[in-house]
Amino acid sequence: MGPDLTTQYLGLALRSPLVASAGPLTGRVETLQALQDAGVAAVVLPSLFEEEVEEDPLRLSDRLDTGVGTFAEATGDTGFFPDLDFDDLGPGVHLRLVEDAKSALEVPVIASVNARSAGAWVRYARMLADAGADAIELNLYDVVTDPDEDADAVEDRVNAAVRAVRSELSVPLAVKISPFYSALPALACRIAEEGADGLVLFNRFYQPDIDLDTLGVSASVALSHPSEVRLPLRWIGILRPLLPGMSLAATSGVHTGTEVVKVLLAGADVAMMTSALLRNGPAHVGQVEAELVAWMSEHEYSSVRQMRGSVSYRTAPDRASYERAQYIRTLSSYLLDHALGGAHGQ
Amino acid sequence: MTWVCLDGNDAAARVAYSLSEVLAIYPITPASPMGEAVDAWSGTDRPNLWGEVPTVVEMQSEAGAAGALHGAIQAGALGSTFTASQGLLLMVPNMFKIAGELTPTVIHVAARAVATHALSIFGDHSDVMSTRSTGFAMLASSSVQEAHDLALVSHAATLRCRVPFLHFFDGFRTSHEIGKITVLEPEHLRALVREQDVTAHRDRGLSPEHPVVRGTAQNPDVFFASREGANPFYAAVPGVVTEVMDELAVLVGRRYRLVEYVGDPEAERVVVLMGSAVGAVTEVVDALRADGEKVGAVVVRLFRPFPSDEVAAAIPSTARAVAVMDRTKEPGAPAEPLYLDVLSALHAAGRSDLPLVGARYGLGSAELRPRDVKALLDHLGAPHRAGSVTLGITDDLSGTSLPVDDSFRVPSRAVQAVFYGLGSDGTVGANKTAITIIGEQTDLYAQGYFVYDSKKAGSVTVSHLRFGPDPIRSTYLVEDDTADFVACHQFSLLERIDVLAAARPRATFLLNSPYPADEVWDHLPAEVQQQVLDKSLDLWVIDAHRVARRLGLGARINTVMQPCFFALSSVLPEQAALEALKDAVRSRYAKRGPSVVERNLAAIDASLEQLRHVSVPTEVTGGPRPRLTVPADAAAFLTDVTVPLIAGQGAGLPVSLLPADGTYPTGTARLEKRALARDLPMWDPSICIDCGKCAIVCPHAAIRTKVFESDLLAGAPEGYQSKPYRDRTLVDHVLTVQVAPDDCTGCGICVDVCPARSKEDASHKALDLVPAGERRDVERPRWDFFLSRPEVDRAAVRRETVKGSQLLQPLFEFSGACSGCGETPYVKLVSQLFGDRMVVANATGCSSIYGGNLPTTPWAPGADGRGPAWSNSLFEDNAEFGLGLRLGIDAHTDQARRLLSELGPWLGDELVSALLLSDQQDEAEIARQRVRIEALRQRIARLVDEGDSDERLPRLALLADNLVRRSVWAMGGDGWAYDIGFGGLDQVLSSGADINVLVMDTEVYSNTGGQASKATPRGATAKFAVAGKSSAKKDLGAFARAYGNVYVAQVALGANEIQTVRALVEADAWRGPSLVIAYSTCIAHGIDMATSMTHQKDAVASGYWELYRYHPAEGEHTVPFHLDSKAPTQPLRDFLLAETRFSALARSDPTRARALFSLAQQDVSERRRYYEQLAAVQRTMAHTVADPDELPESADEEVE
Repeated sequence: MGPDLTTQYLGLALRSPLVASAGPLTGRVETLQALQDAGVAAVVLPSLFEEEVEEDPLRLSDRLDTGVGTFAEATGDTGFFPDLDFDDLGPGVHLRLVEDAKSALEVPVIASVNARSAGAWVRYARMLADAGADAIELNLYDVVTDPDEDADAVEDRVNAAVRAVRSELSVPLAVKISPFYSALPALACRIAEEGADGLVLFNRFYQPDIDLDTLGVSASVALSHPSEVRLPLRWIGILRPLLPGMSLAATSGVHTGTEVVKVLLAGADVAMMTSALLRNGPAHVGQVEAELVAWMSEHEYSSVRQMRGSVSYRTAPDRASYERAQYIRTLSSYLLDHALGGAHGQ
Repeated sequence: MTWVCLDGNDAAARVAYSLSEVLAIYPITPASPMGEAVDAWSGTDRPNLWGEVPTVVEMQSEAGAAGALHGAIQAGALGSTFTASQGLLLMVPNMFKIAGELTPTVIHVAARAVATHALSIFGDHSDVMSTRSTGFAMLASSSVQEAHDLALVSHAATLRCRVPFLHFFDGFRTSHEIGKITVLEPEHLRALVREQDVTAHRDRGLSPEHPVVRGTAQNPDVFFASREGANPFYAAVPGVVTEVMDELAVLVGRRYRLVEYVGDPEAERVVVLMGSAVGAVTEVVDALRADGEKVGAVVVRLFRPFPSDEVAAAIPSTARAVAVMDRTKEPGAPAEPLYLDVLSALHAAGRSDLPLVGARYGLGSAELRPRDVKALLDHLGAPHRAGSVTLGITDDLSGTSLPVDDSFRVPSRAVQAVFYGLGSDGTVGANKTAITIIGEQTDLYAQGYFVYDSKKAGSVTVSHLRFGPDPIRSTYLVEDDTADFVACHQFSLLERIDVLAAARPRATFLLNSPYPADEVWDHLPAEVQQQVLDKSLDLWVIDAHRVARRLGLGARINTVMQPCFFALSSVLPEQAALEALKDAVRSRYAKRGPSVVERNLAAIDASLEQLRHVSVPTEVTGGPRPRLTVPADAAAFLTDVTVPLIAGQGAGLPVSLLPADGTYPTGTARLEKRALARDLPMWDPSICIDCGKCAIVCPHAAIRTKVFESDLLAGAPEGYQSKPYRDRTLVDHVLTVQVAPDDCTGCGICVDVCPARSKEDASHKALDLVPAGERRDVERPRWDFFLSRPEVDRAAVRRETVKGSQLLQPLFEFSGACSGCGETPYVKLVSQLFGDRMVVANATGCSSIYGGNLPTTPWAPGADGRGPAWSNSLFEDNAEFGLGLRLGIDAHTDQARRLLSELGPWLGDELVSALLLSDQQDEAEIARQRVRIEALRQRIARLVDEGDSDERLPRLALLADNLVRRSVWAMGGDGWAYDIGFGGLDQVLSSGADINVLVMDTEVYSNTGGQASKATPRGATAKFAVAGKSSAKKDLGAFARAYGNVYVAQVALGANEIQTVRALVEADAWRGPSLVIAYSTCIAHGIDMATSMTHQKDAVASGYWELYRYHPAEGEHTVPFHLDSKAPTQPLRDFLLAETRFSALARSDPTRARALFSLAQQDVSERRRYYEQLAAVQRTMAHTVADPDELPESADEEVE
């Protein structure tokens, strides 16, 4: 008999710690089904962005109305386009996906939302919950560019959103944050106090790029690299002892069983994947699970529960490794190796 | 009884749809909405009366639609179609057949002028009258209600009597008028369309179960006699129609007769007419009778078979004079058709002595006002009557018009309102909603009619609304000094249009103003202030644009302005009106998502909060309206005709001033200074790289490049910008990139394509958009100075380069095309390259409208007076028309060359041989040829002066200009080239003639509002392809390439300017047929038109549009196909989803969209693979071989 892979996330019992995070593969029922078939334990659907569901229909409407009543030969009330039915404009497409995913899947379905005002957070979270989502992930995806908005204000906004949704909704609540907070443990504790059930670490922003031909700035998605897992790894390790009852999800850089093992050891309850699944297809989940099982068997771990947080900031043999001191050591050893023409310098 | 507000097209189409199984359609104004409606209903599986969903098929032309209809009804199906004007004429051959075979069907016609000296999209009966001899019965509706009711009468009667029906109503006036009517219920249709008649029709259908032949060829022995066999069927028609009308009356209470009389039973003066003018005429008859005048009107409903007895009987015996009003003109006929029919009826009734006056009126929707009708009735009572008169115009040429009392108005209890807006601001849509709310939620009757100008960018719309307790019969625009409410939805219109002419004293005036109530007065032109004071108008303002902008509604201010109208007009209690408006918003926008509904609802709430009353001062403080001026040396024609046309005063121009043959001067668009742009491009010469891209992409020729010698900068206005021009030939020249501040539409394309960015600030380009308000005054003197600099010597620039081509003067400028139009840059470029020796055949469509719709034309002469000569024949025949122009020119060139040869010894052999041998392959040689022609003329003149009487000399002088190679271009859109004109295009391409064809492929019928053509790509939604077009786009170039000797190019200016220039130059140089297919972005694609040109790059990068040139050649190992675009680097899907025509389908039917997009990707990939193979294929064009010995012996004779 193999090791026990079950885990708890946001109070939901999962068959394994492998969760598909929000991405193109979780946006369609067919691929969701394939992910479940491959063994994924839960799915996070693509975020409902407030701007998208509100601005996109306005833009479409504007385009559809171009030329309406402009000249005598094109007088139709529908302009240059036929009068189409758009059942899914606005939040509809997201709500239908939740409904369809719920009816097609047995694994828990987590819906994700990104809004601006507290009211909108609540409004869309409620819509998603009413559509049947097993849990809601608040996706705090925000780039602060206003020099008049200080860190307190930014964090107050985060907490207000969590508070507002928590007070209105009873479904389990995860909060996905970025790593760019100056005092992450304090913020994480506040989020927990406001009633969130879990934290998802971390958002990977769509980072801008500069087109060297046009000198334009473009936003494009770059798939993650396994080395990126180190960022969530550190913070999960640090947060785990601070928030023993809080669910922690690692996302960014989870590509193989190796990263899964690491984040579980650091203290994660689940490991979320997107890039690896996009690159290798839904069936990749099965391989990752096999790698996890193989590692656990080889190292004689009987359960995920046993692994969870066993190498955290509190339980690590060398806790300083999670801190700054470790950076200095790494750097100096790198420079030393480099000077000596060692392996690091190759 | 259900009251609804509909327009005439909708009213007729509903009946036709319910009573048909097959509908064959084709778009043509003003009938297109009928086809669009039935297509949309079929697309949503709306059943007909029998529970079946009718099949709707779009054909390649009206001729095709008529053929398909003919087939369907011959198969025993119930069929119908809709058309107008030229479309109806294309149906004529089939109409003879359908009628000759006694096959029931109904053609619904929104009657429209047939193109003569000019095209007119507007209403009259000239199309219908052209089909009088086809054998169709003809029933005329004069109102929206009648268009509905008589549509049913037509369908029911045709099945009973087997004679096919043409049911017509006046284009625009009825087809586009929104009226409040009661709709027929299915049981009414079922009662009148008897099952036994339907069964009998089906039984006559062709079937192998009971085979027959129909449509035989007959010999002299029986043809005539057989034809007479139809007589009893026609004899029965009046009775059948009466019977159906009577049955309808029993069912719905509306009683119609073949011929009706309105007026004094003992009338002395009577008019006979049919069509929408009945409304205005009966109003006048009633008004005059109230004053004791003995007048009346006979309304003819059944026009064919003509009910002579009924007409004669309807004219009271007391009548002393009768006028017959005809809305058509038959030049050369003794009189117009209805007149002749009435004359014949009176003769048959023994009343030949009753004096008749023929009155032509309303051609091309010319207004017929009550005062015109009164003038006619007055004329009937005059001692000296003319036999033929015209109404509504001033005919100072033949003296046919009548004196009119301009103060005459008919009394009305209706509230009248006039709204001025722009096409893009939603005013028309708002007023349609208002009419519907009033009509359907109150007991009031309501009417809406909408007038558009000829422009596509910045077009002005005027909405005329009436509502009141009595049925509304006023079939004319709201007259001056009668409107109770006037709204101006765009402040800038106050400077261009006399919006308050319509206002009655103490009327309400609602103004969308960027200025608050306490400041607005001083911003009003003096003329407007004077009218406000003189008429004691009640002035209200709102800044609707601010409200709309704040709510993310852009330029569409409809939901902001509407509540103000309701609040001020008090037609409904305010709260009820607001609720009704909100319901309308919910119903209109529900499909568009909750945020769209919410923003519009918010606009309604915000609207009334911002509405302010203006305390009108007692003094006029404003300055006068800017007046349109023409250059002092302008021809009188411009001053007398063009300027009034631009000012909207064309209806007052007398006949003598208007060219009878439709010939107008070019170069007139430059007179219209419309100042549409909200932003203007500003040039920074310090970072400009002289590339010319800005000028080549400009759709309006409103940003230009010019080089001239630097000493010509003397006298430049302060701040005039220039930079040294880098060129080996044009040394010591400077370059200026200059915007025409009053002609630019502010589309932003030049800024989008500008590749030159500041090294220090990447957001700053050599062209940046800045608010026009700041720039216009700065740029005006610069533009004038720029224009005053001489044009570059054409021979001194390399025209096959982008920047070189853009130094040539555009001879197509400032068109009224849509802002950002993808077609016009091609037209402009062609005009720059070949304009001074170019003749254009222009297919009807967008390009003929922005190219040749009065008041002005963008086609223009250059400084030397030479420029494109342009003409539009029809939609369907443009290639043939172009070929004809070529043949005509060639005939003259050949004659000139022959005369040159014959007269060589007298004219000088050296000059003559130079003239004959000139290859004219470049601008320098063309210039030299022109010098030679001038020399030739001088020599001829000298010889004549010296007494040489050879008659060939003056003939040669007349024809000599043909010795410069003329560049003949047939241009038009994909509707023409792919569909209706394809057969002719194929013929012309096969002819070997030296003709150039430019197809501006927008992949949709743009001009008529977005119907699918065979150029529409797979997966795109369009009208007539509501669910996304399932078939792939036709490869038009493949047909042309197949000939082997046709130059074919596919280009996309925004993707590759130089390839486009090269293709056009090669096409012109090719001494055989050339076809250039040009990708043309269009507002019908649903893209941001500011990125219209860069979007074309994506089209090519995704493989959606391939660039190639097929250059036929005689060499044995030549590869004629040059694939100019690289292998796709972007997924097609990304490109498709950037366009609303595709993304709308992805949102409305994602499953189908996925399937179609996948097929579209396959289309693209497969085409690429095929083209790549073609790019390696050797092909030799057939050519004359110099050495006859190389040919097989049997061919010797042919070679010799």
